[in-house]
Amino acid sequence: MPPESEYPLQSLTAARVVVVAGKGGVGKTTVTAVIAHAASSAGERVLAVELDGKPTLSALLPDVEVLAISAPEALDEYLREHGFARIAKRLNRTGVIDMVGTAAPGIDDIVVLGKIKQLERSGEWDLIVVDGPAAGHAITFLTAAAGLADAVRGGPVRAQADEVLELLHDSDRCQVVLVTLPETTPVNEVVETAFALEDVVGVQLGPIVVNGVDIGAPLPSDADTSEAVADLPPDTADVLLEAAAFRRSRRAMETEELTRLDRELPLPQIRLAALPVAGLSPDDVETLAAGLLHRTAAS
Amino acid sequence: MTAGDEPPVDAGAPDVIDASTVIVCCGSGGVGKTTTAAVLGLEAARRGRRAVVVTIDPARRLADALGLAGGLAAEPQRIDLDGSGTPVDGELWAMMLDTAATFDGLVQRYADDELQVQRILENPFYRNIAGALSGTQEYMAAETLHALHADDRFDLVVVDTPPSRNALDFLEAPGVLARFLDHRLFRLLMLPTKGGLKVIGTAAQPLLRAIGKVVGSDVLADAVAFFQAFAGMETGFRERADEVIALIRADETSFVVVASPRHDTIDEAVWFAEQLVDQGVGVTAAVVNRAHPTFGTGSSEEASVAARAARVAGDGDLAALWDNVAGLRTLHEREQAVMAPLEVIAGADRLAVLPLLERDVHDLDGLRGIARHLFDHGPVGG
Repeated sequence: MPPESEYPLQSLTAARVVVVAGKGGVGKTTVTAVIAHAASSAGERVLAVELDGKPTLSALLPDVEVLAISAPEALDEYLREHGFARIAKRLNRTGVIDMVGTAAPGIDDIVVLGKIKQLERSGEWDLIVVDGPAAGHAITFLTAAAGLADAVRGGPVRAQADEVLELLHDSDRCQVVLVTLPETTPVNEVVETAFALEDVVGVQLGPIVVNGVDIGAPLPSDADTSEAVADLPPDTADVLLEAAAFRRSRRAMETEELTRLDRELPLPQIRLAALPVAGLSPDDVETLAAGLLHRTAAS
Repeated sequence: MTAGDEPPVDAGAPDVIDASTVIVCCGSGGVGKTTTAAVLGLEAARRGRRAVVVTIDPARRLADALGLAGGLAAEPQRIDLDGSGTPVDGELWAMMLDTAATFDGLVQRYADDELQVQRILENPFYRNIAGALSGTQEYMAAETLHALHADDRFDLVVVDTPPSRNALDFLEAPGVLARFLDHRLFRLLMLPTKGGLKVIGTAAQPLLRAIGKVVGSDVLADAVAFFQAFAGMETGFRERADEVIALIRADETSFVVVASPRHDTIDEAVWFAEQLVDQGVGVTAAVVNRAHPTFGTGSSEEASVAARAARVAGDGDLAALWDNVAGLRTLHEREQAVMAPLEVIAGADRLAVLPLLERDVHDLDGLRGIARHLFDHGPVGG
């Protein structure tokens, strides 16, 4: 397997705001929780942010502060704080707020990123980990500021867009951590996303987190395997042989994909172990976070 | 293919194909909806149907799997199925949803004249909503489905729904545009006059002035110009939306809920299935992709006991092999437990569990392998 990042936690938390992004099903929420938990255990003041409105993150992080940000609320708050309280009231009352979003697409994303920028500026937190937006939306989410700055020439939203762009372009303040799985399609997608983000947004990319890697105990060699099952009844031997063959084959595929990822994307990798569960619990998050911390201590 | 020794699961899935002219695949992102849609299309072609698969944001892999080196296009492309050595009576076509082009097509259909078409298509506000208005993608998927359903070249349309936060968006999408046209802002902008609707002056409306202050006056001016250009087309759009809604709710339209064996995607699938039942639509089949196979007939606990015994006997290699079996059985058992609620709502005979394969699916043979698992038709596709 290709080498891993030597200081996983430090590299993941190198900027004050970490936006965790990736396609649906790759485990963005898991990675957000693991980073937040590990940094919190290391003594940092951590805020975890969820944008989807599902209370998944707070269930996984009982000991970390979790904030849910929704676009309508963020816009409302923004307008109130900038002397547009009357407009905010009218927009809400007439339900025109989604029209505003339509008239200037990306405004939703801007006010959400603006809220994150405000939290970052407050100095209350050492680290803000953002569970990125839903599948496929990461690029539009992060390009919204540039798009809006092009489309809108003035007004408070334009000012907000400019400040968000400043945040995105400052590698001390913000980085994006992309998440993938050790399989063909997720690897292809993360490579495409990484290049698009760098080209279009110009945001700093942190290490790539590969989720669900089979890092289990090694299996005996083929020869040792044959010898070990030689005296067993054939049916039992077959079960052991088939299970071993299945595991070897999956691992070979994962190694192949991790090697290809390393070749196609010159970013350090951090791998999280596949746990034998059908959905994570807070204990699983703790286990994975401890893995990050241990690797840090060992290196 | 898999090391498991379970027979392929036949999920009543054949009914999905034989009884349908439209199949909608839904579920959360990353669960294999697109692959499932492709497999259903391939199987339908094997049975002599003329199937077209519409995918949203397809991974390049699917285009590759279907033998389309140049990627999927917004027009249906015929897939060459003759390379398999097994003659196929039917046809398989594939296309990618192009939200903006579909919207353009609707504008062209309902506009009075070419001038109106031009004014709308060139409007910056329209260019923005064509791709970005929430629900537009879902609505255009439904619209595309309607158009393909009416197309004589095809007798089955398989559609892969957009990855949306709310899986029901697709069902509700055709209403979105109608609601958009009923919107308060729209009515604020349009005053009925003798000759129909007329756009009022921006400056006359305090609310519009306020919005202009926030988003910038040029953006607002584009919006006003758009509504002006759109005047007269609402009725056509509403009627079309009603037709699309009727098609989605027709008896020959089947819903297949897709999930992976993890509690979050199963929860979502169960929730979606419940919503479909509430709406009187119902779930025709449920598919759980990428389930871990099991090995042998025993439990994980039995394998762990055997591992301990081997370790005590000093046989570390045998212990490692039993530990491996125990680990894989544990995953299988946990996944089975997680799937239980979906089985309850879909019905055991309508739940298909597809195994995690040793390799990713990346060609037509891979899709055929899944089709064999799903429909149990022997090893050579006969």
